[in-house]
Amino acid sequence: MDLSRRDALAALAATGAAGVAGAAVLDDGDGADVSADAAPDASVPDDGLATLVAVAETVYPSAAEGVDAFVETYVAGLPDDRRDEILAVAADLDATARDWFDAPVADLDRSTRDGLLRDLGVDVADPDADGYLSERIRFHLVNELLYAFYASPTGGRLVGIENPIAYPGGTESYRRASMEDEDG
Amino acid sequence: MAEDRSPDPDADVCVVGAGPAGAIVAARLAEAGHDAVVLDAGPRFDLDDRTDQLDAHVRPGLEGLWGMGGERDAYTSSGPRGYPLNDARVKGVGGSTLHWQGMVMRLHERDFELRSRHGVGTDWPIDYADLRPYYAAAERELSVAGADDNPFAPPREEPFPLPAFPPSHSDAIFAEACESLGLPTHSVPNARNSEPADGASACVGYGTCKPVCPSGAKYTAERHVARAEAAGARVVDRAPVQRLVHDDSGKRIEAAIYATPGGEEYRQDADAVVLACGGVENVRLLLLSASDAHPDGLANSSGLVGRYFMDHCFAGVGGRIDRPTRQNHVGFNTTECHALYDGTDPLPGVKLEFLNYAGPSPVIDALHADDWGDSLLDSLRESYGTHLAVGGLVEQFPRAENRITLDRSTTDDHGNPVPDVHWSLGPETRRAIERVNEVQRSILAELGAEIDWVVGPDATGPAYHHMGTTRMGTDPESSVVAPDCRAHDCENLWIAGSSVFPTGGAMNPTLTIAALSCRLADRLEDWL
Repeated sequence: MDLSRRDALAALAATGAAGVAGAAVLDDGDGADVSADAAPDASVPDDGLATLVAVAETVYPSAAEGVDAFVETYVAGLPDDRRDEILAVAADLDATARDWFDAPVADLDRSTRDGLLRDLGVDVADPDADGYLSERIRFHLVNELLYAFYASPTGGRLVGIENPIAYPGGTESYRRASMEDEDG
Repeated sequence: MAEDRSPDPDADVCVVGAGPAGAIVAARLAEAGHDAVVLDAGPRFDLDDRTDQLDAHVRPGLEGLWGMGGERDAYTSSGPRGYPLNDARVKGVGGSTLHWQGMVMRLHERDFELRSRHGVGTDWPIDYADLRPYYAAAERELSVAGADDNPFAPPREEPFPLPAFPPSHSDAIFAEACESLGLPTHSVPNARNSEPADGASACVGYGTCKPVCPSGAKYTAERHVARAEAAGARVVDRAPVQRLVHDDSGKRIEAAIYATPGGEEYRQDADAVVLACGGVENVRLLLLSASDAHPDGLANSSGLVGRYFMDHCFAGVGGRIDRPTRQNHVGFNTTECHALYDGTDPLPGVKLEFLNYAGPSPVIDALHADDWGDSLLDSLRESYGTHLAVGGLVEQFPRAENRITLDRSTTDDHGNPVPDVHWSLGPETRRAIERVNEVQRSILAELGAEIDWVVGPDATGPAYHHMGTTRMGTDPESSVVAPDCRAHDCENLWIAGSSVFPTGGAMNPTLTIAALSCRLADRLEDWL
């Protein structure tokens, strides 16, 4: 299952992010339409991006491909203050990894990254933007990335819904008997 | 610069409350050339913040969707049934339409004649024919999307302003089962744009209608506030009215006394006052305005202000079938069944709703899960996809013991006693819920569904429709307002909204609220 930049832009449409030039929600009931030439205004620093991609590869299904471009486009398109908070928490997580494993998160294998997050209690933490480290990681990293994934049509499709809640996917899909109808 | 919240020196009418009841009155009067002031206890909500509010709804860890709660909104609930009042309302410009779902049906003819037809409840002092042209006006005001396909609906004379939303995939599943059970299904009138209208887009399917529509396709009373302001009305937010004051005769309201965030207290004089702050706060304000001339509260010579509080009770059955049901694409319903509404088994009005949002949403489940990766995907696939549910609303007959009073032991942020909600179910409502559950079970059984949950008389809750507490009637001893919605006891005090409903039927009340507001505006315009 290939994630694309277009998927990231679609996820941004769900957030109403203003940082994407060209992304727009049509007003004719057909739902979100993302211009192919839409482009985030901001860039994401390499080290922060590497951490975020590593977390995304941990919390996304293993079938997801193209995670790096998806995450980069999504995070770049977020409002500046939201992106800055995400990158700050990513840096905190990375510092923890370096402390525990003498390596950045991005250099850990998937199983070790998974163990790091669980040992921090992120799996059972209440998401809190300003809470303890595990709560902030849950809010700013894990839930932000899961939101981007499962509120996008491509992520939703893995579960069986191409127009998930929070995605402005129009008023056609609810009438169809299956996702296949749309493709056929 | 701080917003000017000082009073208008030359107001014809002061409207208290900027929800649909008040905003429609204000818009129509302002457009007719009258000087209208609207005071609302809550804030204006910026349309640009709606996607952030969607985030707050979907993502755990974010709060403050509509800002309800806290000292401003304190209340108590003393009845046999707890009442979650602050889940049931929004204070602010737009009122509870900010978080409503947007279903807009006309009451049926029987709803106006319950006592005459069945010997229960009471009759309205007006009938369906009186309100019929105002229903049409209300449908235009709310740009209702609907279809004339409901064989049980009362007579109508003109098409809906916008085409209905077509039925969902799950509606088609239900329709077949219902047909075989003799329960014809039909469309749902929605106050939601099926096409661009009123300067707002068509629905784009965010799926979060309740509690927030980021696209603006769902009607909120902000549309009428904007119309009122465009016509010259003044709308003041965060201006909770503390009390109404009257002249020496006690017959005429002189002014509304309101507070502001800066701590000032102002007096808004007006030729007429329209109370439009809901079935709970209308009562509280009348009771807070007690005086020597009105020792039991304003407009309360009958002693009925606050009594006969009614809501609609939810009944539902949900389960799973062995095929995709395609739920949670949209947050509104497209099919209902009113086949049982006018009958006598049960006698209380009931309607069936076929939900388009049964079962979990994968994205919301994912954000609450204690797992991730492939195992999360596996659990989401297991939990999503085959759910179905039939909900329904059940009528409560008016009961004098169900009432809103002041709890003088608790005060709000201005030192005023808070409302106390005393709510209970009567035996006829319990029986009606049980009967609806039987029908709902039979529908799911027809589909071969495995039933997961039932909301019956013990688990039922309110639909957040506050009705009946300033009932309309011709006799000042048995009602609070006259048929024109003017208080029996005060010649220039009018009450808009569902608090004037003598009975509530089982139809969502906002279209009737809007129709009565259109009618009230006509009457008040003649009076001014």
